[in-house]
Amino acid sequence: MNDRTGTTLAIISGALVVIALGLVFLWAPVEVTMKEVQRIFYFHVAVDWVGFLAFFVTLVASVMYLRTHERKWDIAALSSVEIGALFLTLGAMTGSLWARPVWNTWWTWDARLTTVAITWLVYLAYLMLRGAIDDPQRQARFSAVYGIVSFVTVPLTFASVFFLRTIHPALFASSTAAQGRMQFETGLGSAKMGMTLTFCVIAFTVVYITLLRMRIKLERTADRVAKLQQELVG
Amino acid sequence: MTNGTRNTYFVLRVPSGTSMTYLRKIAAIIAKDIAAELRTREMLSSMGVFSILVIIVFNFALELTERQIVETTIPGALWVTIIFAGMLGLNRSLSVELDKGCLDGLLLTPVDRSAIFFGKAFGNALFMFVVEVILLPLFVVFFNVPLIQPWVMAILVLGTVGYAGVGTLLSSMAVNTRAREVLLPILLFPVAMPMLIAAVKATSGAMTGLPVSEWQQWLSLLIVFDVILITVSVMVFDYVVEE
Amino acid sequence: MIEVKALVKSFGPTTALRGVNLSVPEGQFVTLVGPNGAGKTTLLRILATLSRPTRGLVKIAGHDLAKGAAEARRKIGLVSHQTLLYGDLAAEENLRFYGRMYDVADLDTRITQVLEMVGLAHRRRDPVRTFSRGMQQRLAIARAVLHRPSLMLLDEPYTGLDQDAAARLEAVMSGVGTEGRTVVMTTHDLERGLAVADRVVILARGRVAFEAQRSELDGAAFMAAYRKYTQ
Repeated sequence: MNDRTGTTLAIISGALVVIALGLVFLWAPVEVTMKEVQRIFYFHVAVDWVGFLAFFVTLVASVMYLRTHERKWDIAALSSVEIGALFLTLGAMTGSLWARPVWNTWWTWDARLTTVAITWLVYLAYLMLRGAIDDPQRQARFSAVYGIVSFVTVPLTFASVFFLRTIHPALFASSTAAQGRMQFETGLGSAKMGMTLTFCVIAFTVVYITLLRMRIKLERTADRVAKLQQELVG
Repeated sequence: MTNGTRNTYFVLRVPSGTSMTYLRKIAAIIAKDIAAELRTREMLSSMGVFSILVIIVFNFALELTERQIVETTIPGALWVTIIFAGMLGLNRSLSVELDKGCLDGLLLTPVDRSAIFFGKAFGNALFMFVVEVILLPLFVVFFNVPLIQPWVMAILVLGTVGYAGVGTLLSSMAVNTRAREVLLPILLFPVAMPMLIAAVKATSGAMTGLPVSEWQQWLSLLIVFDVILITVSVMVFDYVVEE
Repeated sequence: MIEVKALVKSFGPTTALRGVNLSVPEGQFVTLVGPNGAGKTTLLRILATLSRPTRGLVKIAGHDLAKGAAEARRKIGLVSHQTLLYGDLAAEENLRFYGRMYDVADLDTRITQVLEMVGLAHRRRDPVRTFSRGMQQRLAIARAVLHRPSLMLLDEPYTGLDQDAAARLEAVMSGVGTEGRTVVMTTHDLERGLAVADRVVILARGRVAFEAQRSELDGAAFMAAYRKYTQ
């Protein structure tokens, strides 16, 4: 069973991540206030971004499943949710690690973090829904429906918490980091930060694609096994 | 499908009688649910008792010593009560259809699936309204807050309609799984979050007498939530019920 | 009335129907038998438009179900082993509700008519949950014929009924059958099934294994065929 594409992707992902690590720790500028702690921001944003990208992939796969009833879309939706959940968990963890030294708290209910939390809960609900259904067709249909409905509400959640914040002034007004403004020691700071960030996002997106592909293959193989079992029995 | 002169005011936009028939089917479904509930009163009594229990618990749980604390916490307490009581109603309403295969009975008929959805959703909203009508005076009495106002009622309506809409959709899935009632809160809470936040903030604004301009974005958010979620729910409901 | 071609229905890796071909002309009474898991209920649910085929053609009264099932639904009445009745509502209220859903004309008269047909007129105001199983089945039939369907689908209607109730049901159904309707009935009761049918079909492992007109078959031959095709 030669899986050339998979292996190639894995190697590329690995390489990209290593390069990203290098960029983040060696090349990226030092931030004025937070110093080295700020570097986790690159991973945090990249991982969060992938977590939400996965949701979008699930949405598309869900819609396509309902239109075509083809199992491949269901597999794609499920796989994307699982990997998205993984990335969001990492996102929340990196966010906490960053927040503690900078804001002196593990968590805050601002627009972005709340949306991350809600999305994570949606992923969990999606997986629990699937777990509670035996009939594969119903499982696929219901998950697709939930995937679509829940995707719609996530931007609304973001909007609602966002309004909340504009009414109440930022609780951490003292820290410039809270407003997303970072200052760098060297002159080309912002540009370097931008490039490092972009690279990290790309690297982790490739990791996501690699993992997604692996998960889809796994599910397809499981399907084949089930079908063979059926044929042997009946 | 003419019905004499009684409903002439509906005739305006409708070329044939189809719109009327559609609405009548929805009304028939709601009427059936009301009739069944009046026989047993199971749903309303459990929702009602639950609400009272929650009020009592909140009364002891929240330190309502200062006026300001009351004003900031009561809207949240009110909506949490509504959300949970509503969940009881949603579960029961869809379980009834599952019992004896009644949902299949409905699906056998030539009625449009969206009519089934609207019938169940508005029925559920109606039951929630009944509970809220009881809840508001209780809150006023026990917590001494000015909740009986037109704006507050408008917010209740807007929030309930959206919640009942998406709740009906998700409940129709949840009752068809092994986990049944347990799954509904897991599915519904993340999805209802924007509505909950908006409803609480709007209620807070209305209750404390702030001018509408101060909190009208929450109203807008509620309306947007309702429109988007109900539209999406109707569109996908077909896929939930068709095997 | 019914036309089924190469019907396949799968649930994930399991295939319940593996290419069923069936043609039922108007007015015929077909009894469908087969062991558990043969696909009888699956087939009936597809005919009732409650389930969609994975592949294949299903036409009822000329309507292709894949294109538009709503019109076909008007012509179909289903009696399954679940009663499809609201227990808390009265017999009359159940019928009125379904009558509205089917747009039945002259509803009040029709309700009285079907209640009398199934011998439940005296219990019309009682909640359905106070009915015995046999009475509920009879009311289910009333519900199924209320809108004057041209096709009746009966899924193991004798399940859970004692001899007495079963005999009453049979009486009701023969009355129903002679109204010129097409009927497809599934049952485990081979004797009864053969007695009321014009044609028998044996379904096994998702396919039609055997079929014959009632006139060509007697009880013993039928039993033999059943044993042969279903081990």
